[in-house]
Amino acid sequence: MHDETATARTFRMRILGAGAVDRHVPGQHYDVRLTAPDGSTAQRSYSIASEPTDGREVELTVERIEDGEVSPYLHDEIAVGDQVELRGPFGGWFIWAADTPALLLGGGSGVVPLMAMRRYWHSTGGATPLRVLVSVRRPEDLYYQGEWGTETTVIHTRQAPSGDPRTPGRLTAADLEPLLAALPEPVAYICGSAGFTEHASQLVVSLGLPAPNVRIERFGPG
Amino acid sequence: MARLGFGRGQLRDDRLPPGQYDTGSSFPVLTAEVSPKLTAQNWSFRVDGLVEKARTWDWQAAHKLAASGYEGDIHCVTSWSKLGTSFSGASLDTFLAEAGVLPQATHVVAWSHTGYTTNLPLAEVTGGRAWVVWEHEGKPLPPEHGGPARLLVPRLYFWKSAKWIGGVRLLDHDEPGFWEQRGYHELGDPWLEQRYAGD
Ligand SMILES: Cc1cc2nc3c(=O)[nH]c(=O)nc-3n(C[C@H](O)[C@H](O)[C@H](O)COP(=O)(O)OP(=O)(O)OC[C@H]3O[C@@H](n4cnc5c(N)ncnc54)[C@H](O)[C@@H]3O)c2cc1C
Repeated sequence: MHDETATARTFRMRILGAGAVDRHVPGQHYDVRLTAPDGSTAQRSYSIASEPTDGREVELTVERIEDGEVSPYLHDEIAVGDQVELRGPFGGWFIWAADTPALLLGGGSGVVPLMAMRRYWHSTGGATPLRVLVSVRRPEDLYYQGEWGTETTVIHTRQAPSGDPRTPGRLTAADLEPLLAALPEPVAYICGSAGFTEHASQLVVSLGLPAPNVRIERFGPG
Repeated sequence: MARLGFGRGQLRDDRLPPGQYDTGSSFPVLTAEVSPKLTAQNWSFRVDGLVEKARTWDWQAAHKLAASGYEGDIHCVTSWSKLGTSFSGASLDTFLAEAGVLPQATHVVAWSHTGYTTNLPLAEVTGGRAWVVWEHEGKPLPPEHGGPARLLVPRLYFWKSAKWIGGVRLLDHDEPGFWEQRGYHELGDPWLEQRYAGD
């Protein structure tokens, strides 16, 4: 386990269970299922952050939602060596195997599946045209610091690092135009809150990307 | 197993199917597609396939049908449920009766103006179990929730309630829709927790 930011933690999990291996495609998620002593259950989806490997381990990154049921539990109660019930991997739409030019747009914990895609792309040679845009509130909210490459642009909505010429604010067409211009017929993968994905998807369509080339995954409200 | 003490310490509402939580007054948005620029003017609803006469209703024609609504709960496969909410429009039974369902029809594929599809057994969408709705809690259904009109099949997980509904086609066999081709359950009964294929 390690912390990505003050509120996000990455969990590396070993897959247990007879014959169980992880065979995911970047972008897929697992369902984490908790069962209370009275038998009631709570289940939430968490995207896989790691790239497909030998199938014995996966990484999930969980943002702590303060008044949430499951995410604070995972942050506060799970210790190294604990077992957690996982089901999956699931998802057959928001997936990318580095086979078509792609524009990945992520806000908040929406960067988790995008990192799996970026990691897979990187380790398979990085030949497919790719641009990534990550939207964070403040510099310290960026997940996976130090791992993003030149394909990635980070924009700040509340506070930018000193020296950044961009005025802090939400994603604009001007942020996206150079990225789209660099990509021949891309598919856009947009992941984050409902507000971020709705805004970003309408922007890319207004810039001329056909709606069928836009794939959206929404993580939470607002 | 880690110590299981999760939960907010409140009594679990018995309207909540297993694994679901109450989202309260919020209504989360979930779509895999870009919300289309669809208005009442260019919306239509079609019933075709195994029917006596394929029919299409525009906004005005659909609003002339007997009004019908739903009050109760809805359940999304991503684990939220919204309790005690309401929608109004017209019953799918009314549309089907006007088109005349042929006896060999067993399933429907519901499709959206965006190209989204979802499959349903006919018995799950007849007898007061499905609606085409254009109002949510007394207000016009907003575009991100499927407005101007969506299908509503509240007994099943909400991905069956196709947003931006364009029509239903009656078939004599089951034909997996968008999510059903991608690993989700063919029926999707929240009380049986039929989230994924094989559940
Ligand atoms: C396909 C999919 C993949 C996902 N992948 C990830 C992932 O990789 N990492 C991750 O951290 N989360 C991810 N999520 C979100 C995750 O499943 C949970 O919704 C989230 O952890 C909140 O659960 P909770 O039990 O802590 O809060 P809940 O008890 O569900 O909610 C508590 C309160 O927080 C609000 N809320 C719920 N979710 C969010 C959110 N995401 N942001 C802000 N407010 C919220 C609710 O409306 C409610 O008011 C994913 C969701 C989906 C559908």
